[in-house]
Amino acid sequence: MEILEKIIETNGLIFAFLFVGIIMLLSFWVSKNLLRHKIPGAAIAILIGLGLAFLGNEGGLSDIPLFAGIAVLGGSMFRDFSIVATAMSADISKIKQAGTAGVVSLFAGITISFFTGALIAFLMGYSDVISITTIGAGACTYIVGPVTGSALGASSEVIAISIATGVIKTIFTTIMTPIIAKKIKLINPRDAVVFGGLIGTTSGVVAGLAATDEKLVPYGALTATFYTGLGCLLCPSIFYLALTFINSYIL
Amino acid sequence: MKIYGVSLLAACFLIGKFLGNLLGKLINVNTDVGGVGFAMILLIVSSVYLKKRGWLIPETEKGVLFWSSIYIPIIVAMAATLNVKAAVSGGLVALFAGIIATAVCFILVPVISKIGSSDKILKK
Repeated sequence: MEILEKIIETNGLIFAFLFVGIIMLLSFWVSKNLLRHKIPGAAIAILIGLGLAFLGNEGGLSDIPLFAGIAVLGGSMFRDFSIVATAMSADISKIKQAGTAGVVSLFAGITISFFTGALIAFLMGYSDVISITTIGAGACTYIVGPVTGSALGASSEVIAISIATGVIKTIFTTIMTPIIAKKIKLINPRDAVVFGGLIGTTSGVVAGLAATDEKLVPYGALTATFYTGLGCLLCPSIFYLALTFINSYIL
Repeated sequence: MKIYGVSLLAACFLIGKFLGNLLGKLINVNTDVGGVGFAMILLIVSSVYLKKRGWLIPETEKGVLFWSSIYIPIIVAMAATLNVKAAVSGGLVALFAGIIATAVCFILVPVISKIGSSDKILKK
């Protein structure tokens, strides 16, 4: 046992790969077999992650020496690196296919989600611009939130709230899309493109559309893949500055 | 070689971060302003350019695709190392912000779907 502990502690990052892999395996199994894809595996995995963080204090699970390596894997360096890499699979020539409505929906979706989230954070008692920006960014997706938060230097708890906001958005989207599809006239590929751009959480959009009409999935994914990248560009820059401006000149 | 892809990614990442911090300095907020976004744009532009030149072969691309495929696990690791105990009090904010922001966007689907409905490509 002592030997095992020593090996894990000196090879923290490697152990983190194994540990997170097991969480992913478990989450996708639960999503597929117990929930029949009603909630995406990615959302379940993140929820398990947030749940495990309760075992520690300020550093979450990594406060336990055995799990210290998880902080390396989940640190901002690896995170930003892998998020930048996702841009590779976004085929920019495809944005033409999305048409005007697709592009408008992307900008509208990010702007509206951000400012709605920010407004709610403000109304519920947050007063510093960095926290409000981070929570607003979390209302875009659970990736835009932490990227924005750590770029601006938000606290760990605010980043946790922003991830939770994004995860709730994903789950809400997955569950509500098939229920509300007819009411919001989500029937043809064009609507799916607009839907993907407005909502943006790729896992939620894909899962929600799959439950509505399998044929709409690629159209929704088309715009949703650009959403997180655009959000990472807009939230910590223009939107943050806009809120700083509102804070210092209007409020 | 796959490492060429990883190096390309690293170059875009570092330049993007540099631009983000530079912009932060210029506008006096001293934070990283959109660095990840800049890096993504650089990666898209450079990969399109290199592909046209025939320099970006699938083997090189794999070096980037590996990293892009593990971002969810990395977010899981990150979620597990956050200060969630302190965040519990903000749980309601997350719930309201997540649901209301999404609901507002749901309502807008039919509105924006009308824009430019003469576009041919997606008409079926």
